[in-house]
Amino acid sequence: MTITIGHYLTVAACLFTLGILGIFLNRKNVIVILMSVELMLLAVNINLVAFSSYLGDLTGQVFALFILTVAAAEAAIGLAIIVVYFRNRGSIAVEDINMMKG
Amino acid sequence: MITTAIVFLPLLGALIAGLFGRLIGDKASEFITTALLLISAALSWVVFFDVALGHHTYKINLMRWISSGELDVSWGLRIDTLTAVMLVVVTTVSSLVHVYSIGYMEEDPHRPRFFAYLSLFTFAMLMLVTADNLLQMFFGWEGVGLASYLLIGFWYTKPSACEAAIKAFVVNRVGDFGFALGIFGLFAVTGSIGLDKVFADAPALAGKTFDAFGFHNLDIMTTLCLLLFMGAMGKSAQFLLHTWLPDAMEGPTPVSALIHAATMVTAGVFMVARLSPLFELAPNAKLVVMYVGTLTAFFAATVGLVQNDIKRVIAYSTCSQLGYMFAACGAGAYGAGIFHLFTHAFFKALLFLGAGSVIHAMHHEQDMRNMGNLRAKIPLTFAMMTIGTLALTGVGIPGFVGFAGFHSKDAIIEAAYAAQTPNQIVFWTLVFAAFMTSFYSWRLVFMTFFQTERGDHHTHEHAHESPMVMLVPLFVLAAGATLAGVLFAPYFIGHDYKEFWHEAIFEGEHNHIMHALHEVPHWVGFAPFVAMLSGLGLAYVYYIAAPGLPAATASAFKPLYLFLLNKWYFDELYDFIFVRPAFALGRLFWKGGDGAIIDGTIDGTAAAVIAGSGRAVKLQTGFVYHYAFAMLIGVAAILSYMIVAGKVAP
Repeated sequence: MTITIGHYLTVAACLFTLGILGIFLNRKNVIVILMSVELMLLAVNINLVAFSSYLGDLTGQVFALFILTVAAAEAAIGLAIIVVYFRNRGSIAVEDINMMKG
Repeated sequence: MITTAIVFLPLLGALIAGLFGRLIGDKASEFITTALLLISAALSWVVFFDVALGHHTYKINLMRWISSGELDVSWGLRIDTLTAVMLVVVTTVSSLVHVYSIGYMEEDPHRPRFFAYLSLFTFAMLMLVTADNLLQMFFGWEGVGLASYLLIGFWYTKPSACEAAIKAFVVNRVGDFGFALGIFGLFAVTGSIGLDKVFADAPALAGKTFDAFGFHNLDIMTTLCLLLFMGAMGKSAQFLLHTWLPDAMEGPTPVSALIHAATMVTAGVFMVARLSPLFELAPNAKLVVMYVGTLTAFFAATVGLVQNDIKRVIAYSTCSQLGYMFAACGAGAYGAGIFHLFTHAFFKALLFLGAGSVIHAMHHEQDMRNMGNLRAKIPLTFAMMTIGTLALTGVGIPGFVGFAGFHSKDAIIEAAYAAQTPNQIVFWTLVFAAFMTSFYSWRLVFMTFFQTERGDHHTHEHAHESPMVMLVPLFVLAAGATLAGVLFAPYFIGHDYKEFWHEAIFEGEHNHIMHALHEVPHWVGFAPFVAMLSGLGLAYVYYIAAPGLPAATASAFKPLYLFLLNKWYFDELYDFIFVRPAFALGRLFWKGGDGAIIDGTIDGTAAAVIAGSGRAVKLQTGFVYHYAFAMLIGVAAILSYMIVAGKVAP
C-alpha cells in the first residue's frame, strides 16, 4: 500500500479534531488547552508539508519551520502567563477562569 | 431735553439702586432714587405749566426702534396736555411715595430692591403716558405690569403675596390679550401704529364693516375700540377683571398708594382718553365703556361697605372711583374723567399713605375690628385721613367750592345726567354709588379713629405717630386733595377747557357733553351732595350713635351680607369656571400627556434596552472555550456558506 497525500491529510484532520476536542471537552487545566493548541498547529504543519511534497514546492516546508518557531514562542508566553495567573489567583482550573463573564 | 430727563431719571435711579444697591448701601440707594424722582417731579411741573397752560405741544423723536416692511416704529415722546397732566400725577405721587417709603420701609432688609422697583415702575409708567405710538404704549403697559408683579410679591416669603402677584399678572394678561389684538387690528386697517397716522386714518373707517369668524357686518371701529377697552378693563380693574386689585393689597402699602390707587390702575382711563379720536367714532363702544364703568362703580362700592381690612376698603373704593372715570369717558366727558383721575390720585394716595401710617402705628395690624379710638394716639394721621375722606366723598358747597373730589365727581355725575341714558339709570346708579362711597369712607374713619379700643391692648398702648419723613408726604397730598379741585376745575372742565386740552382730547362733532354738563338742572348738582350727607349721617348712626346696629343689620340680611362680604362670590365663580378646569387640563397634560405618553415612551424604550441587554449579557459566560467554540462555529458557518453558494472558485 502506498501512502498517498490522502493519508497525510487524514492524519492531520484527526490531529486537528483532537486539538479542538481537547479545548472543548477539557474542564480541568489550562495547560491542556495550551497543549491542544500546539496539537492543532502541528496538524496544520503536517498539511503544509504534505502539500509541499505533493506539489514539489518548498514554500510550504519553509512555512512549517516558521510555524514551529512561532508555536515555541507562543507556548513560552502562554506558560509564563499561566504561572503569573497561578501566583495571583492560586488556581489554573478552567472552571475558575471566568472573569470575562458579563 | 427736559422731558427726556423726566422720563429717564427714574430709570437711572432704578439701575443704580437695582444693580449697585449692595455696593452703595441702603441709605445711598434710597437717597439717590428719591432725589432723582424729586428732580423729575419738579421738572414735570415746569413742563405742565409750559404745555398745559402755555398751550405748547412737543414731539421728540429719540431713536428708531423697529423697521420691518410697513411697520416703522420709533421711540418718541409726545407731550401734550394729557401727557403733561399724567406726568405731573405720576412723578408727584411717585416722589412722595419714595419719600414716604424711606420711613415706612425702615426695618426692611431689602430696601435697595424696593426702591429700584419703585423707580422702575415710574419709568415704565412715564413711558406709557409719553408714548407716541401704540407699541411704545404697550411697552410701558407691560412694564408697569411687571413692576406691579414684582412689588405685590415684594415680600416673596409670604405665600399669599406670591399668589396675589401671580393673580394680578394673569388677570392682566387677559386684558392685554385684547389690547394687543386691538393694536394688531389698527395696524391691519391703517398700516401704522403711530398715533398721528391712526387718528388721521380712523375717520375714513367709521361705519365700515368686516366679516370674521362667522359673524357678518361687524363694525370695524366698534370692534377695535372694544378690544382696546378690554386692555383698559384689565389694567384698571373694571368689572369682571377686577379680582386682582383687592388681592394686590398684599404688597407694601406705599406700593398700593402709588400703583394700585394713583397711577397704574388709571392707565386704562388714560388710554381711553388718549384714543378718544377712535372712541368718538364708535358710539356703541362708548356706551359699553360707560355702562361697564357705572357697573364697576356700583359693584365695588357695595363690596366696600362690608370689608374689614382697612386697605381692602380703600382698594374697593379705588375700583369704584375708576368706574366713575370710565363712566365719564364713556359719556364723552374725557375732560371730567381725566380731572377725576387727577384729583383722585391726590386723595386716594393720601388715604393709602394714611392707612399705611395707621398700619405702621399699629405694628402691621390691618383689621379695622382691632383698631378704634386712635385719634388721640395719632392725631396728625387722623387729620390727614379725614381730609382724604372729605375729598373722596366730595364735600363742598354745591355750585361753589369744595374739596378735590367734590369738583371732579360732581362733574362726572352731571355728565352722566347729560348723557341722557334710559331712565337716567347711569345717573342714579352713580349717585347711589356716591352715597355708598360716603358711607364706607366714614365707616373706615369711625371704626379706626373713633369708637372704643378693640383688639390687642398691648398694641394700642404702643401706637405711635409716624416720623416726619412719612408725615410730610401726607401734608403735601392733603394740600393737593384740598386745593386741586378748586384750582384746576376751570381748566380741566370749566370755561377754559378747550384751550387747556387743545388737541390732546378729541370730541366728535355731535359730542357736546362738556357743554351740556353745565346746563343740567339745579337739583342734579345737589344730588351727590345729598347722597354724601346721607351716607355720612347713616355711617354716624351706625358706628357712633348706635354701635349695635351694624351687627343687627348684618344678621337681619344675612344672605345679602355674606354675598357682599364674599365680594359677590367672584373669586369662587372664577375658581369654578376657569381655575379648576385649567388645573384639571394641566393635570391631564401633566399626568396623561407628559407622564404616561411621553415619559412612558422614553422610559419604555430604555427599559426594553436594559431587559434585552440583560439577556444578552447571559451569553458572556467568561469561559474561554465557549468563545473559542463560537469562533469555530462561525468559521465553519462562513466556510459552508461560501462553498455552498459557490463564492470560492474551485
